[in-house]
Amino acid sequence: MAERSFAKEVQSLRLGAGAEFRGEGILAVTKALLQSGVAYVGGYQGAPISHLMDVLADAEEILNELGVHFEASASEATAAAMLAASINYPIRGAVTWKSTVGTNVASDALANLASSGVLGGALIILGEDYGEGASIMQERTHAFAMKSQIWLLDPRPHLPDIVRAVEKGFELSEATNTPVMLMLRIRACHVYGRFTTKANKRPAFSAADALAAPSRDYSRIILPPSTYAQEKEKIEQRFPAALRFVVEQQLNDFIPGEADDIGIVLQGGLYNNALRALELLDCADTFGNTRIPLYCLNVTYPLVPQEWVKFCSGKRAVLIVEEGQPEFIEQAANQILRKHDVAARLFGKDVLPMTGEYSVDVLRKGLGEFIGRWAPQLRAAQPAAPAREIVETPLVPAARLAALIPARPSGLCTGCPERPFFSAMKLLQREIGPLHISADIGCHSFATLPPFNMGNSIMGYGLGAAGASALGTEGGRRAVSVMGDGGFWHNGLTSGIGNAVFNRHDDLTVIVDNGYSAATGGQDIPSSRAPNEHRAGNNTIENAVKGVGVKWVKRTHTFDMQGTLKVLREALSTGFRGPKVIIAEGECQLNRQRRVKPLMKKAIKDGKRVVRERFGVDAETCTGDHSCIRLSGCPSLTVKKNPDPLRTDPVAYVDNSCVGCGVCGEVAHAAVLCPSFYRAELVYNPSAWDRFLNKVRGAIIGSLQQRSERKRLQYAL
Amino acid sequence: MPSERPIKLTIAALGGQGGGVLANWLIGIAESEGYIAQSTSVPGVAQRTGATIYYLEFFPQAAAVEAGRDPIMALMPVSGDVDCVLASELAEAGRAIQRGLVTNDRTTLIASSHRSYSISEKSAMGDGSADEKQLIELVGSQSKRLILFDMEAVAEQHQSVISSVMLGALGGSGVLPFRKAAFEAAIKKGGIAVKTNLAAFEDAYQRSVAGGDAGRATQAEAAGIGELSEVPAQARSPKLQPLLDRVRRFAVPVQRTALEGVRRAIDYQDPAYAALYLERVEKVAVLDAKQSNGGAGRSSTDTDRVGPWALTEATARSLALWMTFEDTIRVADLKTRPARFARVREEIRADAGQLFGISEFMKPRVVEMAGTLPARLGRWVLRSPGVCRWLTRWTGGRHVRTGTVTGFLMLYILGGMKRWRRGTLRYQEENERIEQWLVRIERLAGTHYALAVELARAQRLVKGYGDTHERGWRNFSTLVEKIDELALRPDGAAVFARLMSAALADEEGKALARELAQISSLAVVKVALERARA
Repeated sequence: MAERSFAKEVQSLRLGAGAEFRGEGILAVTKALLQSGVAYVGGYQGAPISHLMDVLADAEEILNELGVHFEASASEATAAAMLAASINYPIRGAVTWKSTVGTNVASDALANLASSGVLGGALIILGEDYGEGASIMQERTHAFAMKSQIWLLDPRPHLPDIVRAVEKGFELSEATNTPVMLMLRIRACHVYGRFTTKANKRPAFSAADALAAPSRDYSRIILPPSTYAQEKEKIEQRFPAALRFVVEQQLNDFIPGEADDIGIVLQGGLYNNALRALELLDCADTFGNTRIPLYCLNVTYPLVPQEWVKFCSGKRAVLIVEEGQPEFIEQAANQILRKHDVAARLFGKDVLPMTGEYSVDVLRKGLGEFIGRWAPQLRAAQPAAPAREIVETPLVPAARLAALIPARPSGLCTGCPERPFFSAMKLLQREIGPLHISADIGCHSFATLPPFNMGNSIMGYGLGAAGASALGTEGGRRAVSVMGDGGFWHNGLTSGIGNAVFNRHDDLTVIVDNGYSAATGGQDIPSSRAPNEHRAGNNTIENAVKGVGVKWVKRTHTFDMQGTLKVLREALSTGFRGPKVIIAEGECQLNRQRRVKPLMKKAIKDGKRVVRERFGVDAETCTGDHSCIRLSGCPSLTVKKNPDPLRTDPVAYVDNSCVGCGVCGEVAHAAVLCPSFYRAELVYNPSAWDRFLNKVRGAIIGSLQQRSERKRLQYAL
Repeated sequence: MPSERPIKLTIAALGGQGGGVLANWLIGIAESEGYIAQSTSVPGVAQRTGATIYYLEFFPQAAAVEAGRDPIMALMPVSGDVDCVLASELAEAGRAIQRGLVTNDRTTLIASSHRSYSISEKSAMGDGSADEKQLIELVGSQSKRLILFDMEAVAEQHQSVISSVMLGALGGSGVLPFRKAAFEAAIKKGGIAVKTNLAAFEDAYQRSVAGGDAGRATQAEAAGIGELSEVPAQARSPKLQPLLDRVRRFAVPVQRTALEGVRRAIDYQDPAYAALYLERVEKVAVLDAKQSNGGAGRSSTDTDRVGPWALTEATARSLALWMTFEDTIRVADLKTRPARFARVREEIRADAGQLFGISEFMKPRVVEMAGTLPARLGRWVLRSPGVCRWLTRWTGGRHVRTGTVTGFLMLYILGGMKRWRRGTLRYQEENERIEQWLVRIERLAGTHYALAVELARAQRLVKGYGDTHERGWRNFSTLVEKIDELALRPDGAAVFARLMSAALADEEGKALARELAQISSLAVVKVALERARA
């Protein structure tokens, strides 16, 4: 059960021809797939395409009606390999993942797929995780497209264009026997917009058809000598076919403008922001009418030489707006124009920055510089209205702002089961000294940030244990690797655990088992325990680990901090030689709350006795050292002004978002912090016994309290 | 190329605050009012409690129809080109300004004046919070129009969520050309907690129409907390009049602090203990009188650092805290008071008459047990490994249920042991430490006044319980060891203050070690220089 439900939204996938679809970009992609007669879909979740996987999972019923097969793939490699069905059969398939990380994982299968070539359309929808909001190293998908010769679509971030790209992508794939990548930037995935729908198509050729009459073609297999033939085919047949298709179908846009001795070439995905920048420079209007000719590349690979020559001929200067590095398009364009002896001067990364997201601010600056130099008359003819004069920076000096405004890094959610584990790790290191900790991708990556500040490296999803391989030897304190359950099933079982067994590591791997692929939005994985009618869960990590030969396996519940500490100490001190695995269990609190909260509300409403716990701090005994916060970092454990007039440091305080997980109390216990924490048990619909007990207690406690109050009142100042 | 331009709105929020819900409401409202709406966001990791931004543009459908084309809308806010920033928290409003999204020629800034502290602010060993007054000043100075009020408080008041309040504030501001009924319809259509959400919306709408309160409610609330109270002429209990008179004999800047100290000492122990407190402060005040009237100790370069009666004030403050150190008796006493029960009830938002229980997280160690015993017995216990081991049977995490008769009685009896407190090991240890500290202060007062003041303030290093307390005491002792050396330096007080903030910079003591190393290397250089000169 994913964090976000699209149960309502997926109904719009049923829309017939001529209706208006409204929704997120990623949902539009799903509808476009169905309109294209896709037969099978797979993928692996991760921002910014997590919602695509969630939508597909929630749309299982609709997909079944249309005879579309959907899989939540085990990894991006699995998803890419799934496209193999389109090699031998005229069957359309689409897969999706987060790029470039997912593309890295998938690249073995992708390269082979691209070499074999496809018969049915094969579309790879990529969430290009680049720029603000990205959670991975900053690289481009473009390089993969070029190296394996997979066509790369980069449509305008506008729903009708995205939908068209999906539809044309399948056609392009089939016309050229080549898989096609469709890349969507973060904001394009989440952009809300609308488009006019077509009717969904049942796949013309289905998996059942394939199984009924299997066919094979030896020339499609990637063994020599076929591979040599395939390489030749790529260059001699598929590439020219792609150029033809792009030109004939007019996949790229030429937008005329009055200043036709200059021009701007841009990636489709940057179109909206670039147009806004032009508008702010008085060179375009709200509707996209521009004074400078534009060549918008909705297909960024392959580049079409004849289109470049056509656009650039007769121009003095052309600016290429290409996000990320290396500047593949700029390099290729220079070569094309040189070979065709087109004299236009090319600008790109010399006017615009080499690295980082091309925000409108960045584009406005770069485009402004280009226009100022090559077409100053455009700006001079129409002096900017005063309101357009840009106030570049706030009136307050940047340094002062930076000092005043605190950074707000991401962190573990309120009630996160991983928090007590990392608190335990912090305490452990206080006891035995610093450890080498190999971190992994997942919510637990946040442990590398304050207040935990632990983790030496992150090598990739599921590669926590593998990242400590070189240190899996004797001497010093044992290395500790952290891996999430998501990463474990993605590849960690073999790359980390199996590897450690085989190579006789003597280290410790902790697998944080929160029951879901939590960081990507709480999707189910093989060890998920929550009921799911479409997937087979409940495959335990413990069995898997033992299955690959780990002899030392312990389980601990993360909320039992003392127990976790004990098992950690044991793992690091035991005389047992060989890899040690601790499975630290605790259900993702976001998912848990979604499950439990409605039940509790209903029970209270039905008049059943319910006890709700939450925590608090006694301000009178808190001395404002905040050790508790440094060991926990829970969002609901915060500070407030000290009510004590003699103290200035703020006191700890548990705000109303507390879900009563109890970590703060456990931490206070484990770290011998302070007696200020209390747990309150709120009783709803108390029983007669509750009320009786409360009366008795109230009477006794009340009288004792009154007695001491009277004493205190003797000395009132 | 002028043409109709979209209305641009940025929502600056924290992950998990419902910014997405708010954006969806706004899309629905805009569409119902004949506008084309586009929204984007970058959820990703920021969703997990980080700072995040939602961006929306609205364009009149009629203008698009007339042009025969859809408008091209941007996917992110541009500095200098935002009509309205809606910030769910004060520092996030500041961040929007930092990003250049708020400009005083066109941006209406609608923000909540409440603070949600970031991890760096919360986890500081002292006070790490951003300067709220400066933040409010900043927020007030950059926009064309400001609507600022505590949206969280309004949400809580109506048992609603902050997104409803933000919607109301936005509606009331009139920035968007949409009717109020359309806003309300969006909430109704959502179908979740409609009644409370509508109430919160309406309240926020009206506050926004009135222009907000410029954060005054937040500041006023803060101003009332933790202030020293006025010194009365008459004690409520006549028996205490002599003590009050002694307080009133102090110089004016000291009186309020001393009064609080006396109150606290009585509350902690008894009037005799308060008298001891006063006696100690008075002794310092006598020395201070000489200095505050131009004594030799104040003639150093540090004169500007401290005002008159600074030493007495600092001592009165620190001594009050130290003399009421948090031993087990004190904690038990505080936990059993009726006022505490009432505070818990309020803090956990129990409904009127709702039953609730309280469990305390106590972890007594042998040291604490021995500390509560008569001094000689306590020392003997700590010296005997066997006894310590035996006592560990009762140590470790304990959940004491204060709401039950047995739990309450246990704490009540422990709290009642204060009559024997003066005989306990912990008391004797602390008392000895206090006296040594006072002697040092008094000795320094005449020779290095500013350093004496710093030493008086140094009590703040020692706080907390268990390991935290031990670390604080260790740091305090380290600093005190340096006193004699620093007393020879004219900038001794400044160096001491620097050491103090270093001690509070990190738990591991890295900053303190660095500062200490610098001092000693400086000392070496100085000695070398002097030798060279000689």
